[in-house]
Amino acid sequence: MRAFATLVDRLTYTRSRNAKLDLIAEYLRTTPDPDRGWALAALTGALDFPAVKSGTIRNLLTERVDPVLYTLSRDYVGDTAETASLLWPAPEGETPTDEPGLSEVVDLLRAMTRGSVMTELPKLLDRLDANGRYALLKFATGAMRIGVSARLARVAFAQAFDVPVDAVEEYWHGVDPPYPTLFAWAADGADPPRTDLVPLFRPFMLAHPLEDTVVSMDDYAAEWKWDGIRVQLVHVNGETRVYSRSGDDISATFPEMAEALDFPAVLDGELLVRGTHQGGEQGGAASFNALQQRLGRKTVSKKMLREAPAFVRLYDVLLRDGEDLRELGWAQRREHLELLMDRLDPERFDLSRLIEADNFADLAAIREGARDDAIEGVMLKRRDAPYIAGRKVGLWYKWKRDPLLIDCVLMYAQRGSGKRSSFYSDFTFGCWDGDPDAGAELLPVGKAYFGFTDDELKWLDRHVRQNTVNRFGPVRETDKSLVLEVAFDSVHESKRHKSGLAMRFPRINRIRQDKPAHEADRIDALKALVRD
Amino acid sequence: MNTRALPDFSWLSPDPHGIFVAPCNAWIDPSKPVETALVTHGHADHARGGHARVFATRETLAIMNLRYGAAGDEIAVPLREPVELGGGVTATYFPAGHVLGSAQILLEHGGERVVVTGDYKRRPDPTCEPFEVVPCDVFITEATFGLPVFRHPPIAGEMRKLLYAREQRPDGCVAVGAYALGKAQRVICELRRAGYHEPIYLHGALEKMCGLYEELGVPLGALRSATGIGKDELKGQIVLCPPSALNDRWSRRLPDPVTAMASGWMRVRQRARQRNVELPLVISDHCDWDELTQTIRDVDPAETWVTHGREEALLRWCQLNQRRARALAMVGYEDEDD
Repeated sequence: MRAFATLVDRLTYTRSRNAKLDLIAEYLRTTPDPDRGWALAALTGALDFPAVKSGTIRNLLTERVDPVLYTLSRDYVGDTAETASLLWPAPEGETPTDEPGLSEVVDLLRAMTRGSVMTELPKLLDRLDANGRYALLKFATGAMRIGVSARLARVAFAQAFDVPVDAVEEYWHGVDPPYPTLFAWAADGADPPRTDLVPLFRPFMLAHPLEDTVVSMDDYAAEWKWDGIRVQLVHVNGETRVYSRSGDDISATFPEMAEALDFPAVLDGELLVRGTHQGGEQGGAASFNALQQRLGRKTVSKKMLREAPAFVRLYDVLLRDGEDLRELGWAQRREHLELLMDRLDPERFDLSRLIEADNFADLAAIREGARDDAIEGVMLKRRDAPYIAGRKVGLWYKWKRDPLLIDCVLMYAQRGSGKRSSFYSDFTFGCWDGDPDAGAELLPVGKAYFGFTDDELKWLDRHVRQNTVNRFGPVRETDKSLVLEVAFDSVHESKRHKSGLAMRFPRINRIRQDKPAHEADRIDALKALVRD
Repeated sequence: MNTRALPDFSWLSPDPHGIFVAPCNAWIDPSKPVETALVTHGHADHARGGHARVFATRETLAIMNLRYGAAGDEIAVPLREPVELGGGVTATYFPAGHVLGSAQILLEHGGERVVVTGDYKRRPDPTCEPFEVVPCDVFITEATFGLPVFRHPPIAGEMRKLLYAREQRPDGCVAVGAYALGKAQRVICELRRAGYHEPIYLHGALEKMCGLYEELGVPLGALRSATGIGKDELKGQIVLCPPSALNDRWSRRLPDPVTAMASGWMRVRQRARQRNVELPLVISDHCDWDELTQTIRDVDPAETWVTHGREEALLRWCQLNQRRARALAMVGYEDEDD
């Protein structure tokens, strides 16, 4: 645990990507199995100990520390694990002597149940110092938040043993912590882990924002960017899995899709749900709001399957009947994909239509005219580009539709977490429910915690502190003098807010110090933008 | 538990700009220019220029002179000797252990005793006299680190971290952000105590204050200016600068620096990360949670008033321990630089 705690500590304070890679690679080279495998699992967010949750830690603490002092501390520190590591009362006798190793920690955490965790976790915490407690709690709850992405950890793994990172990515989804076969292959030159027997996730090819780039339509094909969730369907050996963009297996959430693919293939597309009220030219896709009702469920009711059935609008094909097509150019893969459509159930699959544009200006006009709510923008794909994992410059571009804007009034602010701990960075804003000069009131319409620069955040934080009229725990109510221009992708009816509206992807676009609060927009203006 | 009767203290009024002592028309640590100011210590948020008459320790006056030039009427107050302020008010200054010259002020009027601490700490500090417990009816305290997560570790361990980082980087240097008054000199003295006798390099903003400390009898060993010398000379050295210089253009002159910061805030990881600190050194000139609560127990006042900081948590502690307490909501006292 000591070596892992030191690694976590050093990563926390290391800024440069290369220095982080060096630290992780060094750890992976010098730490024995299976400890290094468990550490790698922690860094990539692959661990889950069901008995240990953030709430468990809070309960443990409030049994030992006054709940009010705990809450004030947590609110200030902005991180439950760190708060707990600092507040944990040191056991008698000062320095702990029998620090557990990482594999022992894994065994103990796995053995914990909801019943035993309240007595077993304290014993483990008592064997560690503050740094060790922090590392342990981060490890146990699976949220490291030390500025290391899963990707960075895998790049470090490749660097540690001088193996190609693409190979690591490829094998990654077929191995489980503590990855004995992966380490045997990379560190000791054993055969690589087998990938042909399991429905493996292949990392997605991703797009850069187009921004000011102009491309030739001779080199690029255009298609709509649909507003669903990007998925990959993999069928191997009689089994189909549905993977989300991050590589999570979401087959159980969309069982109708898992049943729909019945031959060996890897397909890339947009998962949408059927909607009756929203045609669009291609027909049948409901808004993201409808899809959202089905996300994040471990099981799905028959009613849901009937009322909001899913389908996938296909963008690409990576593998088919055992043949890897990824090296082919996009145009050739597209031909393969079109040929596949006959073998697929039209209830469950359709083909993402290409946009016929003679030139870039033509495309811009078509994009401008798109009114379908299920369209998020336009994708541009280089016709000769192979399917390459990640975001490679110049191959794919996304050209999102311009956001909607509305002027709102800042109402409440809450302190953020992580690197924003201590800053008021979560903002609730509202619109007028009538004429503000005739006694109308502000109703909250949304909440945003990004969109601003670091300097703007400092400014907003100061504004909140200086213009607080009320405090409710971690939330401050402000004097409602500040107008914020809020950008958002769409707005929907919602029962969650008093205003009856909910925005999608709201972000603070601009601070309108120049605008008096009574000139901010009214609820009606927002309502007029509802499209479903 | 204190059982003294509760007086009303109407001769003392906490104001957002300082504490006003009506019978003698004097202010304690006022944040605006006044006729008579009683100043606890030289930090800019407590000692401001522009007062007509200032009562402070000899060292605090010297610090104020260095920062603001001569004040109108300066009265050097010796420690532990009562001074008549008029209107039946007596002030006695006692050491606060915060920085050189820092004092708590005991005010007496009509048999009532009030102690205003300014800022203080209980840990040993080679640059100033230690805090003394002064019995009183009302104890007015700060709460900069008034949360139970703040527990400052022994300073010797932090010095070992600093010296280890220096050894690890023979071709670079360690740049330590430290507040110009107090923190910087304390870090230097503690480095000397840890056996480090190499020259220590200083940012220009620290040079004058270090000079004044030496004049006032605090030896700091060999000091050099970090300004106007080549990168090579700074290799393998420890450089002290104000915290604001760490992420500023100034630090570009340093050879491959490790960014360190000496501050009580460094106890919280995310705070250190926000400031891009690579080597957090938990060193504070304020009380940590245990010192704050222990001091209230030691002083055992009838009432505790909290000026600034994380007052909510300290009030909660007082409530849990059946002690009367209130928050004064003072403005202008910064605590971010400690």
